Amino acid sequence: MFRYILKRIIILIPTLLATSLLIFWAMDLAGGDPVDQILPENATYEQKDALREEMGLNDPFFIRYFRYIGGILKGDMGESYITHRDVFQTFMGRLNMTLLLGGSALIFACIISIPLGIYTALHQNTWKDTAAMIVALFGVSMPNFWLGLMLILLFSLKLGWLPSGGTGGFQYLILPSVTVGLGLAALLTRTTRSAMLDVLRQDYMTTAKAKGASRNRVIYNHGLRNAIIPIITAIGMQFSYVMTGSALAETVFGWPGIGRLVVDSINKRDTPMVTGSIILCCVLMAVINLAVDIIYAFCDPRIKAQYSGKG
Amino acid sequence: MENVLEVKDLVVRYDTDDGIVRAINGISFSIGRERTLGLVGETGAGKTTTALSILNLVPDPPGVISSGSIILDGKEILEMGEKELEHMRGNDVAMIFQDPMTALNPVITVGEQIAESVMLHEKLTKEKAMERAKEMLELVGISGSRAYDYPHQLSGGMKQRVVIAIALACHPSLLIADEPTTALDVTIQAQVLALIKELIDNNHMSMLMITHDLGVVAEVCDDVAVMYAGRIVEIGTADEVFNHTLHPYTEGLFDSLPNLRQRGEELIPIKGLMPDPMHLPEGCSFSPRCPYATEECHRALPELKLVNGTHYVACGRYADPSFRIRRNPDGK
Repeated sequence: MFRYILKRIIILIPTLLATSLLIFWAMDLAGGDPVDQILPENATYEQKDALREEMGLNDPFFIRYFRYIGGILKGDMGESYITHRDVFQTFMGRLNMTLLLGGSALIFACIISIPLGIYTALHQNTWKDTAAMIVALFGVSMPNFWLGLMLILLFSLKLGWLPSGGTGGFQYLILPSVTVGLGLAALLTRTTRSAMLDVLRQDYMTTAKAKGASRNRVIYNHGLRNAIIPIITAIGMQFSYVMTGSALAETVFGWPGIGRLVVDSINKRDTPMVTGSIILCCVLMAVINLAVDIIYAFCDPRIKAQYSGKG
Repeated sequence: MENVLEVKDLVVRYDTDDGIVRAINGISFSIGRERTLGLVGETGAGKTTTALSILNLVPDPPGVISSGSIILDGKEILEMGEKELEHMRGNDVAMIFQDPMTALNPVITVGEQIAESVMLHEKLTKEKAMERAKEMLELVGISGSRAYDYPHQLSGGMKQRVVIAIALACHPSLLIADEPTTALDVTIQAQVLALIKELIDNNHMSMLMITHDLGVVAEVCDDVAVMYAGRIVEIGTADEVFNHTLHPYTEGLFDSLPNLRQRGEELIPIKGLMPDPMHLPEGCSFSPRCPYATEECHRALPELKLVNGTHYVACGRYADPSFRIRRNPDGK
């Protein structure tokens, strides 16, 4: 198991190198001059050029790229062109807000979707099942920036129950989490339903019933323990959706997380901030995927055996 | 003789989108104490549905037990509530399933799966139940230390032994074995069969052995019921059915068996296929394939009639007292 984790971490290195090159290149292609953003509007051409020279922006692409990578290897991700704050620290400062939003969206999604998925599977092809699946289809189809605006319209403007944006107590968390979590809930409901339907047909479920286990015991102890594996896969895969969903929801709700940090930095051509944030997002995704794989091993002994088998 | 199980006029159908599947069409049989009844028939004859009916586990929907009665130790199973059924399953009647590869839960250790049945019925602590699980494993010939293994770590034969251990953990009075050796290698088949027979004898249990293998029947069964298209066509002691065969279908089954002593001999398969249970033919279900069938056979459904001793047959041709099948020219 330990060797497996180590192997995964080693594989991560080329992935991150490729990603960083791609982002660096994309930011270069995107054009726009950070100098324009830093200096006042009436700055002369000489002043701008001097600043470019000073920041090394006139150097060829690969020189700039390798200088950047060299910095990262020394533990320095550079500083923002605009705020002159350290990229790594800025990112980490925003990370907890995004994790809070993403985490509560995920919890919200699981609380709704897993019971609903089991319920619909147990009532397959009845009107209850069909109704729930139609609602889930709406949930999946609704773009979440639109959903966010509609929720603000209803709960903040019409009813005045919840704040429309910003941060603070629990009430500030509700609308953004629902916005991000609803689409996820819809998707997880469908995953849980199909995983459960598959499990319900298995022979070991009949074995459990033939032992005299109660209906609930059969469903939760024997069924869900098997169905949970594809559900965890879906959650792991949807984490990137939570992150991008957060970027939109953060913009709509003025939530100071990573998503908004990246969007703002792109608008300001703040190359070190954008590149650094995206590389750190990649690391985050890799860590989450690894965590999902480890959770798998605990849920399914067959997968655990595979890991230790391969070393 | 006191019977452990009495099934009377049982009718089970499956209501599917494509139509009604008539799986079981009025069968009656009983199993005496410490006796083994072999239920023989082709795939689709309704054997497994019969077994699931006894545990009241016919998948519903689409399955419906529409009439009949199943009396276990004097109690009507079809009138039991959910709690009574749960108490009965595993405790009074246990079942061994056909395919050990899929009958065990892949994410639970085999020890826990055996212990579960003990915990459910005997209210033991988890530690005590695990101890029992290990004893059960030893009993079926697996080292107790394997209790912490998962099913994927065991071979097919060992898995079937675990399935047997689960079934016997609470000493049920009736064991239903649904083709327990079909999915196993031939060498393992003999071992598992011998094990089941030994455990049944030692624990003074009754058994319903479901199989399509007449060799298995000869090996373990006291009585035999031959099933065709959801009906019992012949029933009697093993000696009666094997040595004094009456029904043309049973004869067909014997003719399909390869004979080791006459190896060059040609096999005589039964012509045609079993009728689609959604569209059963009028009259005797076997008549379209029966070499002895007359016009009358295609029209009237024969009833199960006592011939002699405990030997019953459902064949319209015996209305003619001189009728004999090839296998049994004496007709006794």
